[in-house]
Amino acid sequence: MKNGPVLEVNQLKTYFYLRDNKVAKAVDNISFSILPGETVAIVGESGSGKSITALSIMRLINKPGRIVDGEILLDKEEIHRFSPKQMMKIRGNDIAMIFQEPMTSLNPVFTIGNQIIEILRKHKKMSKGDASNRAIQLLKMVGIPRAEEVMKEYPHQLSGGMRQRIMIAMAISCDPKLLIADEPTTALDVTIQAQILDLMVEMKERFQMAVLLITHDIGIVSEYADHVLVMYGGQIVEQASAKELLQNTKHPYTKGLLESLPNIDDDVERLGTIKGTVPSASDFPTGCRFSSRCPNVMEKCTQSNPDLMEIEKDHFVRCYLYEGGIKNDNEYV
Amino acid sequence: MTMNTFEVPQDVLVDVRNVKKYFPIKGGILKRTIGHLKAVDDISFHILKGETLGIVGESGSGKSTLGRVILRLLDPTAGSIYFNGTDISYLNRKEIRPHRRDMQIVFQDSFASLNSKMSVAELVEEPLLVQTKLSKSERREAAVEIIEKVGLRADDRLKYPHEFSGGQRQRISIARALITRPKFVICDEPVSALDVSIQAQVLNLMKDLQDDLGLTYLFIAHDLSVVKHISNRVAVMYLGRIVEIADKKSLYDNAYHPYTQALLTSIPVIDNNSDATPRRTKIKLTGDLPSPADPPSGCTFRTRCPLAHDRCSIERPELKEKDNGHVVACHLYT
Ligand SMILES: Nc1ncnc2c1ncn2[C@@H]1O[C@H](COP(=O)(O)OP(=O)(O)O)[C@@H](O)[C@H]1O
Ligand SMILES: Nc1ncnc2c1ncn2[C@@H]1O[C@H](COP(=O)(O)OP(=O)(O)O)[C@@H](O)[C@H]1O
Ligand SMILES: [Mg+2]
Ligand SMILES: [Mg+2]
Repeated sequence: MKNGPVLEVNQLKTYFYLRDNKVAKAVDNISFSILPGETVAIVGESGSGKSITALSIMRLINKPGRIVDGEILLDKEEIHRFSPKQMMKIRGNDIAMIFQEPMTSLNPVFTIGNQIIEILRKHKKMSKGDASNRAIQLLKMVGIPRAEEVMKEYPHQLSGGMRQRIMIAMAISCDPKLLIADEPTTALDVTIQAQILDLMVEMKERFQMAVLLITHDIGIVSEYADHVLVMYGGQIVEQASAKELLQNTKHPYTKGLLESLPNIDDDVERLGTIKGTVPSASDFPTGCRFSSRCPNVMEKCTQSNPDLMEIEKDHFVRCYLYEGGIKNDNEYV
Repeated sequence: MTMNTFEVPQDVLVDVRNVKKYFPIKGGILKRTIGHLKAVDDISFHILKGETLGIVGESGSGKSTLGRVILRLLDPTAGSIYFNGTDISYLNRKEIRPHRRDMQIVFQDSFASLNSKMSVAELVEEPLLVQTKLSKSERREAAVEIIEKVGLRADDRLKYPHEFSGGQRQRISIARALITRPKFVICDEPVSALDVSIQAQVLNLMKDLQDDLGLTYLFIAHDLSVVKHISNRVAVMYLGRIVEIADKKSLYDNAYHPYTQALLTSIPVIDNNSDATPRRTKIKLTGDLPSPADPPSGCTFRTRCPLAHDRCSIERPELKEKDNGHVVACHLYT
């Protein structure tokens, strides 16, 4: 029974209703799924809709935002239909989430021990003594030295890397099926980032979790993701396995991102750039949302938005350049 | 105190000798000084005219403090800083003023460092008002020129910082730093908060401006790929000290210090080789940066070093030239 996807997102749309009848289409028709033990990465620049995708799955979208359409299935359960009360049970139990800045999710006035014990008592209905023992065990599992002492410490007494380890300990404390990590290492130094990402892989394999990894760092995607979604303007513009995406890059936006990156292994005098800036989610250009910055823009790109097309097996691209490609059943032809 | 064993070449713009910056740690009810946090602990290096020296290191290693001491925004605890041949280390406020316009800084978080109530014109012209005697129309002329040079439009002068994106705000900060026509600019994480496509635009701009205006940069960042791209030489800092310094090619191709090696192999790299060549072997560090208020004895890196041996806890390694211009502080090589 464990073969189906843990998470299935179908045609998710999350919009923000702003003043002057403006609508920010933060997430606009996104579909993907994650298998147990699989890491799917969402990569894109800021404002592309990565965090709103994650928060939609957690059902944590507040006014003026709203999930306007789509399905979210967790182990085939239609959680998009769940009541807020049912969702409370899902969050922290079946789905756990870690953020860039652990301080925002840790309570500064409670000790680390108190916070983990609280979670275990609430979600796992453990006795105080059992919860305390389990908490120490979890801290050791995520590589916290002096676990017994750290139980008695407050979040501000710990380094950023340690705090992120604590977040991971809390996340796995209830054996979630899905772990969502939104830029989990963006605030950390590279040597600590490597430790945290390795820890996430270890925990994923140990507990066969599905992982949704949100990052702006394509290097991280290359080393840690099985599958990648490249987001731009609230939509997926390219989707493939990590290996395929990096070796056989198709979308002009993905190409632009890769060329913008200084590469440690080879020297270029000037970096490639993508002209202009990310358009606001309430003010996309007509047609393809990338058309205002695309070096390959054609007339039709400014008239209608291309569909996400499968141009090779399991490689999807939203771009008219590949329209005549392998698949030819495009409705816009 | 270590001697300055490296020969200082002719066309040096900035020469930093045995500079220390200790912050007092206060404690007890009387708030007396009970110790020192050694943010910068005996650092020496020089920067040639027209070159970019990169500084990398984890957060807390003392990069920003070093930058501020060099610009005399902070007073050094010990050591000397020579700027264009003049010892500026202990000049008072008035004496330093004539040098201010020659040395500028661009920070990471331009939005926080820009006063949101001031228009772009006011922000960019402000250094001229403080540091020169130019007339109003001369200031305006200079502002228009520099604003266009950093890739903004002349009529952007009348707008306010909140009307700009992160990348554009960083351009405003650069314009503000360059309007006094400095010789030397410290760039403290200037692109760290930007998206990659915008980061590339700003890095290209900084290179162009350097060529155009003959600038000398001290470029501080924690991203080793960015530093490699922009720098001629690179220094690696750990806990207030330089542990390795070399030409960028020499440093990135042939790092000697185990810390530099760990930094370099920790970066996730994009694997776009179709053949299955094995990636470079990663050197994993355990633990966190120790507190600079209570650094380990001997080599301060030894608590995380996979190659530490007995001597490392007893004796502090000094910087020694290993290859031509490639200097490293590690007992493995002495
Ligand atoms: N609270 C909000 N109110 C209005 N618009 C919002 C809000 N939160 C997010 N958005 C819109 O959603 C877009 C995507 O945001 P987000 O998912 O946070 O991007 P990122 O990819 O950086 O995580 C933003 O560009 C913004 O236009
Ligand atoms: N004004 C200050 N007072 C006391 N300690 C400081 C001050 N400024 C920096 N420090 C400390 O000095 C050390 C180096 O900081 P910093 O130079 O900001 O490092 P980096 O820029 O490499 O991250 C840190 O431990 C920091 O907490
Ligand atoms: Mg985000
Ligand atoms: Mg700093």
